[in-house]
Amino acid sequence: MRTAFVHALVELAEHDERVVLMTGDLGFMALEPFRDRFPDRYFNMGVAEQNMVGVATGLADAGFIPFCYSIVPFAVLRPYEFIRNGPVLHGLPVRIVGMGGGFEYGTAGPTHYGIEDVGVMRLLQDMAVIAPADAEQATTAVSALSEWPGPAYLRLGKNDKLRVPGLDGRFELGRVQEVRSGSDVVLFTMGSVGAAVVEAAEELEREGISAAVVVVASVSPAPRADIIRLVSGCRHAVTIEAHVSNGGIGSLVGETIAESGAACRLLRMGVDRPYGERGGSEAFLHETHGISAPCIVDRVRRHLELKSAS
Amino acid sequence: MNDASGPMGPAIRRTVLRQSKRAHVGHIGSALSIADMVGAVFSAMNDSDPANPERDRFVLSKGHAALAMYAGLAEVGVLTADDLDTFCGDASLLGVHPEHVLAGVDFSTGSLGQGLSMAVGAALAAKMQGSARRVFAIVSDAECNEGAIWEAAAFAAQHRLHNLAVLVDNNHQQAFGYTKDILGSHDMAARWRAFGWDVIEADGHDEAALLATLLSAPGELPRVIVAETVFGKGVSYMEREIKWHYLPMSDSDFEQAMSEIGQPA
Repeated sequence: MRTAFVHALVELAEHDERVVLMTGDLGFMALEPFRDRFPDRYFNMGVAEQNMVGVATGLADAGFIPFCYSIVPFAVLRPYEFIRNGPVLHGLPVRIVGMGGGFEYGTAGPTHYGIEDVGVMRLLQDMAVIAPADAEQATTAVSALSEWPGPAYLRLGKNDKLRVPGLDGRFELGRVQEVRSGSDVVLFTMGSVGAAVVEAAEELEREGISAAVVVVASVSPAPRADIIRLVSGCRHAVTIEAHVSNGGIGSLVGETIAESGAACRLLRMGVDRPYGERGGSEAFLHETHGISAPCIVDRVRRHLELKSAS
Repeated sequence: MNDASGPMGPAIRRTVLRQSKRAHVGHIGSALSIADMVGAVFSAMNDSDPANPERDRFVLSKGHAALAMYAGLAEVGVLTADDLDTFCGDASLLGVHPEHVLAGVDFSTGSLGQGLSMAVGAALAAKMQGSARRVFAIVSDAECNEGAIWEAAAFAAQHRLHNLAVLVDNNHQQAFGYTKDILGSHDMAARWRAFGWDVIEADGHDEAALLATLLSAPGELPRVIVAETVFGKGVSYMEREIKWHYLPMSDSDFEQAMSEIGQPA
């Protein structure tokens, strides 16, 4: 998604001179196309993320649309209070761009995990929280964001080759994208685990379980009407995300089901205890935390068996 | 420049005392500390009309002294006496810390160390837009405990934001002690100089001299005026006393304070 994001941003900046790119000293081999095309609208802010967001607030107040780029924890957690008191409190179109959602920087260790970001950003008033599932969707999302007058958070992945079959670059604020239909269970997914979820659904199909797959990329504004429609027709829902179980789409779908009164049981598959364990690659950590394709198949199957037996 | 016929500091002090007494709130010493700087900034600004996008900007990074800013806004006609009387009231736009929803306040502050970054952004924006508007910011010496102040300082110097002027309220005390006892008594001017700023040391209570400095042509670098001030300036029992960061005045405190500040000539 990284290359796709930068190309989409260059395209946006060609037509909108308000677009500015700031980075917390990251983006080597990624941001250069923007830097080289728009040197006057590109700022390496240094390793100083709080100031990056503060300066972005000042720029946005004067009419600019600044994109603030870093790895997820440094883009979101380090300057969180600056985000709250800056673009959120002032209602300004600052875009926070977090690279490496989930465990993409797994081998870099826990300081680089991006697994609480969606939860904390969802708390903020009028903050659009966008977590595309693949590069094509990221491209559409960057373009769709130009219509959003308030602050926004883009949670991106590094992998540009990853593709969610059936998604075809679709994105709409406040809506979900259904990429696969099914009648036994609805699998809601967010971010770059989407491809693994489709793979799991295909395996479940072979085992006789019909699973729908729904991409939730517009976490906020929340696609509540879509979620209610989908869970109303199904007895089982599962959320799968490379994010702590509380605060992400597991919470969103759970809250929506509870408030709607739909008769749908929910299994939340996320990260429960991320710290104090052995580290490794993204694939290893997905396996460890039970969100790899084989884990998804196994857990969904057991969940449905258990529920139908009870 | 606004048409100020004389220093605003004394009138700002009277408003600070009256409104603090009426609302029965503290932060009086902090507001008195910057009264003369606030007067100088409002006199230096090219226009105080909030509707003018080309007006100079003023960011009160030490937001807890907002009452001094409100008093200044009243002096230049942006706020009325009735507006001031809503200070700290229910459904008021005039809280203890300044809110951008109030005309005349560009940036909400109150969390120390954040206002300067926003001011730097406003100055960068003016530069990118080819505008001559300037940005003034007041930070406190205690606020310089915050690491983010130095992130902002480094960026402003790197990008030579000469349209930015910062005044440091160097009153040597903070909420719960004296600065020298908490994070050391560093030479404030030397710190800013080390970050590449044009540093001017001044008496923070000489409003006319501060105004002259603010109006003098900037060089190529962002400018900081390290303004030596007295916390609680003008009220003898408040000066240099930590407790006047917090306490509201009693009736007799108020009478004494007003008599020491004096009435307009």
